Amino acid sequence: MSEATTANAPYSPGDNRGLDTLYEIETPEGIDLVMQAAGPVPRMLAFAVDFFYRTLILIALAIALAFAGKAGIGFWLLGSFLLEWFYPVFFEVLRDGQTPGKRAFSLAVVNDNLTPVSWGASIMRNLLRFADFLPFAYCTGILAMSCSRHFQRLGDFAAGTIVIYRQPATTAAQLPQAAPVPPPRGLQLADQQAIVSLTERSAELSQARQQELAELLQPITGKTGEAALRQLHGIGRWLLGARDAESETASLQRTQRRNAPGQEVPRR
Amino acid sequence: MKQRDFERRFEPLWLQLENWLAGYEKHKLADRRNNATSTKQAAAISDLPSSYRHLCQHLAVAKERQYTSNLIARLNQLVMACHQRLYQQKSVSQNRWLEFLFRGFPRALRQHGRFVWLACGLFLAPALVMGLGCYWNDALIYAVMSPEQVLQIESMYDPANRVLGRERGSDSDLLMFGFYIKNNIGIAFRTFASGILFGLGSIFFLVFNGVFLGAVFGHITRVGFVTTFYPFVIGHGAFELTAIVFAGAAGLMLGHSLVNPGNRSRRQSLREAGRESMKIMYGTFLMLVIAAFLEAFWSSTTQVDIAIKFIVGAALWALVIGYCLLAGRAPAQMAVSDSTGGRP
Repeated sequence: MSEATTANAPYSPGDNRGLDTLYEIETPEGIDLVMQAAGPVPRMLAFAVDFFYRTLILIALAIALAFAGKAGIGFWLLGSFLLEWFYPVFFEVLRDGQTPGKRAFSLAVVNDNLTPVSWGASIMRNLLRFADFLPFAYCTGILAMSCSRHFQRLGDFAAGTIVIYRQPATTAAQLPQAAPVPPPRGLQLADQQAIVSLTERSAELSQARQQELAELLQPITGKTGEAALRQLHGIGRWLLGARDAESETASLQRTQRRNAPGQEVPRR
Repeated sequence: MKQRDFERRFEPLWLQLENWLAGYEKHKLADRRNNATSTKQAAAISDLPSSYRHLCQHLAVAKERQYTSNLIARLNQLVMACHQRLYQQKSVSQNRWLEFLFRGFPRALRQHGRFVWLACGLFLAPALVMGLGCYWNDALIYAVMSPEQVLQIESMYDPANRVLGRERGSDSDLLMFGFYIKNNIGIAFRTFASGILFGLGSIFFLVFNGVFLGAVFGHITRVGFVTTFYPFVIGHGAFELTAIVFAGAAGLMLGHSLVNPGNRSRRQSLREAGRESMKIMYGTFLMLVIAAFLEAFWSSTTQVDIAIKFIVGAALWALVIGYCLLAGRAPAQMAVSDSTGGRP
């Protein structure tokens, strides 16, 4: 599930795209939409979940139709045909690109312009499931996924679809309660971003780990332990735009920091 | 502008959009139940495009000013969700379906006629060879199937034991209907899908089915069960055999787009061929459902006179062939006025 956690990975323009699985398109409004393409392993797991559900439905159908004799078998065959070919189509089109299995792994099928998958595309990719199955156990599909840039199997290529991570709604980060502190002068942009991101992620990281990171900046902050961390949090909040009625201490600290202009803050 | 001011200033718009997106599914349901209740929601949606453009601008600004990743992620997600709503594809209206049935499908067949003829040849040539071979040579059928299978097929069409009779009851008809749907449509889908392997799969399935069916035809004719076999197959064969050929043709289109993409990339070429071949596959699916109906409920009856079955069968063949050749050949100006009148 490491993929699911990195799904929330921050996007920044300078990222090295070579090793990344980000899928980027430009909308008519001139905006780059960024989604993360899903790799073979979560998709196989999602398929296994769907397969399990389908088998359950078939068993339930068999029990329910057992009393209907030969006509029951006919209906069961009809049901198994529909499940085999159209179970994913039904969910992908009517449930925002997510079959129950895909939902379990927060995957979703979308057209490759990141619009909701249409009937034609969904039917296409699911008909071609058979070609991806060949010669056995989806060998072709897994091979195609592994070789393609955005983990597309043959059906995805022909239908123009892509499987992405549907990210859960992000809640605004809880910023730590620290008095805003103006940053030292000469803080590079990357350093500012590092401090801001440390501040924003303070709820996710353990206190000890944060202090360890904060102490790396001892040459600049001049503090250790909790005090260093509190100062970094303060700088982070200041950078995010918080201003309290502590302008006096702020200006005081600014003059103190003036002694070390242009000094590079080590990156986290 | 500091990020906090930025957030404070535009938060109302984002919240409004988020609320609308969250209530979208409910809104859709409510819309179906009662149009009047959703007027309030509709007001919020009416300016969606302009709100969306503002949102896009906010995202661009946030990226440019390198605001925090949380904010950018949130905006990106919001833009993504709005994008999906805004560019949702419209569902197919009833008129489009009828138009497809009476014009689109036969036109697609004629437009890609060379694939249809190629598939036809790939299916019929082996069938003819095996049919004649099995008719002349008693042993050739055993090259294709095992003796048990041959016995089974012989017993199925033996006029002496009348297993095809009406006495098998309507529940058996339903059983066979389910079987034909699952089996025959499955074969057609596989014939189509495996075409993406550079056409090899479609060729294989077409030739394989041609050989198999040709052998059965030849052998049954040789054995002399003509009075049971041909009345049985002629009716649904009009739909079933042509549908298999069409599915093969659609598969060959996929393969051709990969083998010879022309001046497009293979991926692009495959996309276009996929879109075209789906037109054929919709029609093929429909034909196979009709074929399954006929096979289960009409072909199996023995109460109807053989002559009538032949007449109906011939009429069905004429219907299918005539449909493929003639349907949708309306004069140009009529087609134009029809198509504009059909769309609201």
